[in-house]
Amino acid sequence: MISENGSPGSAAPTAAPPPATGANGRPRRVEEVESITIRFAGDSGDGMQLAGTQFTNTSALAGNDIATFPDFPAEIRAPAGTLAGVSGFQVHFAATDIHTPGDALDTLVVMNAAALKTNLRDLQPGGILVVNSEGFEVSDLAKAKYKTNPLDDGSLKGYKVIRVAVTKMTRASVAECKLSTREADRCKNFFALGLVYWMYERSLEPTLRWIREKFAKNPQYVEANTRALKAGYNYGETVEVMPVQYKVAKAKIPPGTYRKITGNEAIVLGLVAATQLANKQLVYASYPITPASSVLEGLAELRRFGVKTFQAEDEIAAVGVAIGASYGGAVGITGTSGPGVCLKSEAIGLAVMTELPLVIVDVQRGGPSTGLPTKTEQADLLQAMFGRNGECPAAIIAPQSPTDCFDMAFEAVRIATRFMCPVFLLSDGYIANGSEPWKIPAVDKLPRFEVKHPTEPNGAGWAGPGHESGADGESGGAGKFLPYRRDELLARPWAIPGTPGLEHRIGGIEKQDVTGNVNYEPGNHEHMVKTRAQKIENIAQTIPDLAITGDADADLLVVGWGGTFGSITTAIDRARRKGRKVAQAHFRYLNPMPKNTAEVLKKFKKILVPELNNGQLLWLLRAKYLAPAEGLNKIQGRPFLVSEIEAGIEKALS
Amino acid sequence: MSASTSLPTLTTKDLSSDQEVRWCPGCGDYSILAQMKKALTTVGVPREKIAFVSGIGCSSRFPYYMNTYGFHTIHGRAPTFATGLRLANPGLQVWVVTGDGDGLSIGGNHLLHALRRNVDIKILLFNNEIYGLTKGQYSPASRLGTPTKTSPGGSFETPVRPLSVALAAEATFVARTVDVDVQHLVGILQRAAAHKGSAFVEIYQNCKIFNDGVFEYATEKSVKADNVLYLEHGKPMVFGKDRNKGIRLNGLKPEVVEIGKDCQLDDLLTHDETSEEPTLAYLLSRFAHDESATAVKPFPEPVGVFRTVRKPTYEEQLDGRIAEAVAKKGKGKIEDLFKAEDVWTVE
Ligand SMILES: Cc1ncc(C[n+]2csc(CCOP(=O)(O)OP(=O)(O)O)c2C)c(N)n1
Ligand code: SF4
Ligand SMILES: [Mg+2]
Repeated sequence: MISENGSPGSAAPTAAPPPATGANGRPRRVEEVESITIRFAGDSGDGMQLAGTQFTNTSALAGNDIATFPDFPAEIRAPAGTLAGVSGFQVHFAATDIHTPGDALDTLVVMNAAALKTNLRDLQPGGILVVNSEGFEVSDLAKAKYKTNPLDDGSLKGYKVIRVAVTKMTRASVAECKLSTREADRCKNFFALGLVYWMYERSLEPTLRWIREKFAKNPQYVEANTRALKAGYNYGETVEVMPVQYKVAKAKIPPGTYRKITGNEAIVLGLVAATQLANKQLVYASYPITPASSVLEGLAELRRFGVKTFQAEDEIAAVGVAIGASYGGAVGITGTSGPGVCLKSEAIGLAVMTELPLVIVDVQRGGPSTGLPTKTEQADLLQAMFGRNGECPAAIIAPQSPTDCFDMAFEAVRIATRFMCPVFLLSDGYIANGSEPWKIPAVDKLPRFEVKHPTEPNGAGWAGPGHESGADGESGGAGKFLPYRRDELLARPWAIPGTPGLEHRIGGIEKQDVTGNVNYEPGNHEHMVKTRAQKIENIAQTIPDLAITGDADADLLVVGWGGTFGSITTAIDRARRKGRKVAQAHFRYLNPMPKNTAEVLKKFKKILVPELNNGQLLWLLRAKYLAPAEGLNKIQGRPFLVSEIEAGIEKALS
Repeated sequence: MSASTSLPTLTTKDLSSDQEVRWCPGCGDYSILAQMKKALTTVGVPREKIAFVSGIGCSSRFPYYMNTYGFHTIHGRAPTFATGLRLANPGLQVWVVTGDGDGLSIGGNHLLHALRRNVDIKILLFNNEIYGLTKGQYSPASRLGTPTKTSPGGSFETPVRPLSVALAAEATFVARTVDVDVQHLVGILQRAAAHKGSAFVEIYQNCKIFNDGVFEYATEKSVKADNVLYLEHGKPMVFGKDRNKGIRLNGLKPEVVEIGKDCQLDDLLTHDETSEEPTLAYLLSRFAHDESATAVKPFPEPVGVFRTVRKPTYEEQLDGRIAEAVAKKGKGKIEDLFKAEDVWTVE
């Protein structure tokens, strides 16, 4: 590991060190730039996700700040070479602090004509376009619906085009490895990656090590992929595909030990860390669904951490298992995406009624119905807020970035166990799959919270219901356990079955406060509805205030929530650099909202609410605070470009 | 009452909660509740280690009346909550109480999967062949021709046979008993309690209000002996008031025979509840008194244990995998988890 052999700054390629001069003896120009955005695009079968991930890891290890955006089709393998089958992976790496995977591309690598067709619009004028010239055969052009070959018809003259016969050269590089043609062609992504490593002066070592580990059982694959990677690098070197190499210096980021992390990985770690530190068993029950499945998969790997995962027969069963586990004294967690939340709604209502801890991880995707399964959206906010029968409030929190998924997963467990209630963790496909560097926290610095379970009856000192008693009302007494006798924040005790003397029954029928007995009395029902609502409101007493950043005397407040944080923050930075007076407030806690929300909103005459939906936070802010807010909405299955929000800010200020 | 109420021996009174029981007078559920308490006085499990989980229906009110832990959940999903409870708390004896609508209609999926996974829960299906709580609509178990508000002129849907379903789902303990056959009921409940793995027990239960008398052929003293076959492991299948009738296999077809006239005692089928192969149990699960359900002739309906085999439970296997992972790589620490990926240090 890099931290063992010194600083990561020794990022010089160990396998193929960059020479001070080019292969032809002429000195090569190396230009230092602040940041680069590059996208690898090809057929789903071309291994673009892998190439992108490797490039990201290497850049992170080299000390850059990074942000990534994988974008893949809904079909695992749409017909090869078609527009529907294009898969892309975008990496933004920088010498400065960045928050988004970048808007316009500096460099685009395309493996075939379809990838060019679907991605070219994102490449900057004058940007570098690396094309696999062999992905432009007549049949490729037809599948990509090109009438003429764009490599020859002059349509690419606004870009720096680097044509490379990737297939031919990959095959040549692995010729001695005795692979079938198909196997040889699978090394193409490593050839392309090697070339890009040369373009940006990157070390091959992290990827070479990955290849050795990944294919440990297949030495011929280790050899072939190694050769392909080096051949790509050497190709760049030998033919000097570009007159300049670009260099992105290490970012000035706070000292510490870092790793790269995606949002879903961070959720896994957050859930495990929170439950372990609270000494609680974690039971995660889920039914596979994009883009949440990787949380189930990640947790299933963690058996030696005592984690119990359960792949249920459907989402209803998954939430049932999670609630049952919480009833049994574990922390029950279920994870899904919007369609799964629909199925879980009735059971979430039961958890609200029985006041049991439950975390519902909702990695949002484009809806309604099956919608855009692999694309991002923020359109489940009102579903989490209101999508159940009856007056049925649950807590809602939303991470604002991949790394924030760790903190908010941790928070979800804290709130659920402290307040005995369901907590929605509203992530989205964009931050779930996107990654950034994560400063690994010191375990002893992580927040601690204690989870208490009664061991003795709590009936002493309680004489009878405070409000009009229902038919089943009964009094307390020293030996009685009263499952709905609440603490100062209105949370009820969490008694674990197995504890002698605390035997009690809970269920979905309305119950008398304090005793928990079945009760249909009108006054009691109203009292319980209000109590459950107040309990959720009380969470606000344990969360941070809503912070305002930017200009305190701003003409415009931009308010967002969840995964749009990066784009909004970057847009506001740019607007302020242009002299605009703009402030930012970003919600990570949506139900309840922070205590000072009304106060914050009142300070500004204009409020702009960018969201990847048709105006859901906007709706809440207007309804709850009568705030004069306007929406900036994008509902295209894609995250905001910074430029789109910048334009929105300009428009709001004009 | 004191805090330490886990008496070494429980009485039925210890097991009664202080809640008023609210089933209709004459409902079969009363008897099942009483026999359950009786059964639990003998199984040697302290009451704090017992939990009842139910769905929705008249039958599903059951947990409120037991002074154990109890969870009245939502319609059809009780097996899922019970599964979670077992995952979290493997020291508990967990009972699921469900109805024919709850367990076979809305919850059919969960029943199937709980049984196939062999989660250590004991599922009691109170079969009254009707939706009781919603006031008398036909259920998936209602026999052909059952007239209800939603099946005017009689139901024409093929009814589900609960035990056939359980066997097809690979249940490791499958039994049937009858609400008013009190001794038999207690015995079956005790055997279910002793089973390791998922147990499925169908209990014929009379709904006094909406389906009164559907099981009269199996409960009425004068006819019961001719209509019910008491299964006993290792014993020939004999039934009838005069103990002169039996079941014989003719090829793959079972038939009712008269001992001494059609055959000898030795020719009868012998019950083997421990057979790995569920074929015999399945065959027995097809026996129906109701002529509409079988093409041939009415059979006596078997009660007792159809099948009991020991297989690893879901929990045992999951705990085994966890122990294996810990043995192989050591118990995981959070620090290791955070650094499972490549890390780099910024100074
Ligand atoms: C989601 C949902 N759908 C419908 C109902 C209404 N409902 C309550 S109990 C029941 C049927 C109960 O029948 P069964 O399971 O046979 O129980 P029984 O009352 O006969 O004991 C129905 C349809 C409900 N409670 N929840
Ligand atoms: S309706 Fe039928 S099943 Fe329900 S309590 Fe009354 S008698 Fe029992
Ligand atoms: Mg019923």
